[in-house]
Amino acid sequence: MTPIAPTFFFYFLSAVALISAILVITRKNPVHSALALIVTLLSLAGLYLMLYAPFVTGVQVIVYAGGIMVLFLFVIMLVNIERAMKEEEFNKQWIAGLIASLLLGGLFLAVYFKGRAIFPSEFTKIPEQMNTQQVGMLIFQNYLLPFEIASLLLLVAIVGAVVMAKKKLS
Amino acid sequence: MPTGNLSVTTFVIASIIKIAIVLWVLLTAVAYTVWLERKVVGHIQNRWGPTRVGPFGLLQPLADGLKFIFKEDLTPPYVHKFLYILAPMLALSMSLIAICLIPFGNSVNIAGMNIPLQITDTNIALLIILGITSIAVYGVALAGWSSNSKYSLLGGLRASAQMISYEVALGLSLVGVLILCGTFSLHGIVEAQTGTWFGFIPKWNIFKGQFIAFFIYIMAAYAETNRIPFDLPEAETELVAGYHTEYSSMKFAMFFMAEYSNMVTVACLASILFLGGWTGPVFGPPILHALLPIFWFALRVLFFIFVYIWVRGTLPRFRYDQLMSFAWKFLLPLAIANVMITALVVALRS
Amino acid sequence: MVPISYYLVLSAILFACGVLGFLIKRNVITIFMSIELMLNAVNLSFVAFASYWQALSGQVFVFFVMVVAAAEAAVGLAIIIAVFRTRQTLNPDRVNLLKL
Repeated sequence: MTPIAPTFFFYFLSAVALISAILVITRKNPVHSALALIVTLLSLAGLYLMLYAPFVTGVQVIVYAGGIMVLFLFVIMLVNIERAMKEEEFNKQWIAGLIASLLLGGLFLAVYFKGRAIFPSEFTKIPEQMNTQQVGMLIFQNYLLPFEIASLLLLVAIVGAVVMAKKKLS
Repeated sequence: MPTGNLSVTTFVIASIIKIAIVLWVLLTAVAYTVWLERKVVGHIQNRWGPTRVGPFGLLQPLADGLKFIFKEDLTPPYVHKFLYILAPMLALSMSLIAICLIPFGNSVNIAGMNIPLQITDTNIALLIILGITSIAVYGVALAGWSSNSKYSLLGGLRASAQMISYEVALGLSLVGVLILCGTFSLHGIVEAQTGTWFGFIPKWNIFKGQFIAFFIYIMAAYAETNRIPFDLPEAETELVAGYHTEYSSMKFAMFFMAEYSNMVTVACLASILFLGGWTGPVFGPPILHALLPIFWFALRVLFFIFVYIWVRGTLPRFRYDQLMSFAWKFLLPLAIANVMITALVVALRS
Repeated sequence: MVPISYYLVLSAILFACGVLGFLIKRNVITIFMSIELMLNAVNLSFVAFASYWQALSGQVFVFFVMVVAAAEAAVGLAIIIAVFRTRQTLNPDRVNLLKL
């Protein structure tokens, strides 16, 4: 079984991810930013699929694109964004920020291009049929303690969010 | 995924033909679900329902469609135009995409080729369907926000909160089935339900102790598709029409079609997960061997759609706080308990 | 096949985009979204390395990152709502009194 056009899909998905990532940080309207971020998340999900990680793809779409981002949209709808839309979009230090992030990105790219030789140009496939089972085995055997700690973290987050967003009863 | 004895070209051609057939059948089913709903609800309320257009009002969907097309397509001022147009498209396309993972029957042999009766099957099919339903929330939420109207916004907010809450219960209710079947593939789930006990009790998941999960799934599915008794997002007595207040003509029809095709998808999923999909007695000549499974499957789907309509004709609407506490305080603990018990039983048995 | 370093380069660029948004935006919700962008860029690296080393631990880690992101989003958005309720602004520069 040969994938029909993996290279094409890679370039397509990464172009979509990049363009929408740039839209996330350049749109003034937070709803547009949120939608662009959803597109980025979905194209990343496609890239995970190309990396033979179907379970992560599913979780990415359900939890990230379908859960967390809905929460974002929800909050954007609750707060009044008309006033925020009238303000300046970027702060005063935007030149410094641009230079800093360009330097950071340049650093990463330099590292990857320097170290390109150690990565093989072709990697062998993980048999994808078993992916979900294997991830489940890993979570519930090798990573059981981190898993429990993560559930505790979620509990703390739930309590924190309720306390924070509750109206004062006075 | 080109599997088995198919070459890429035949796979693509077969897929295109299957997509065309499935879309045609789905859209016709949607149209006639509307007809059936009006007819059944009419009889429940001691009326006739549509009778004028065609025999038994059978051409009513056609007349409705024509009416929608010829109505003025109004875009109110002060809406966020791009999102206002995007929202109904998103809702409809997501509900149409979800059907592509539903298997309608086992594979059939046509001219020596083994063609599965399903547009595509993947090893994470159920996760993909859940993902698509969670993306479909955006159609409703964006429609509410972009309309720039109080009622729409309230409807959109209610819809997104409701759909996220019930999706948790929906997902957890499926875990029991997944533990029993050991696969995410819908085809595999049906395969795991073939056979009978003592020759007459079918080995469906609902008889394997998943009736609580079935109950949770049905409740959550009603809420996911915004149907009575959980149709708070479009509660016409308090919110005019909820998130689609400002929509007219074909844009409104898109939401309408999305709702009904979601109903069909949910009914298909319920019959696959809990009622054994297309399993059933198969007899007679080869042509019947190919068609009977589809018939059994369609029968189950029809049953679920009928229950949908029946519930709509009988039950009143919940209050919003009742809806939320029902999801979080009743369905969710029940679903978790079901998962734990199922896992325990399976672990002890093996 | 696409070499693995391509995925890493994409992840680096996405991360830089996230950093840029975090540094220069004035809207606290968009700043939050930039953090999500950074987390996702890291996730892409994790998955790429996981398939390079044939070790699924990377994918499990993505799972944990998502848990942290969900917790962070819940608490962070609650804070945004609380701040908006008292200050009527989404600009973090305006939130300069150390009390509610």
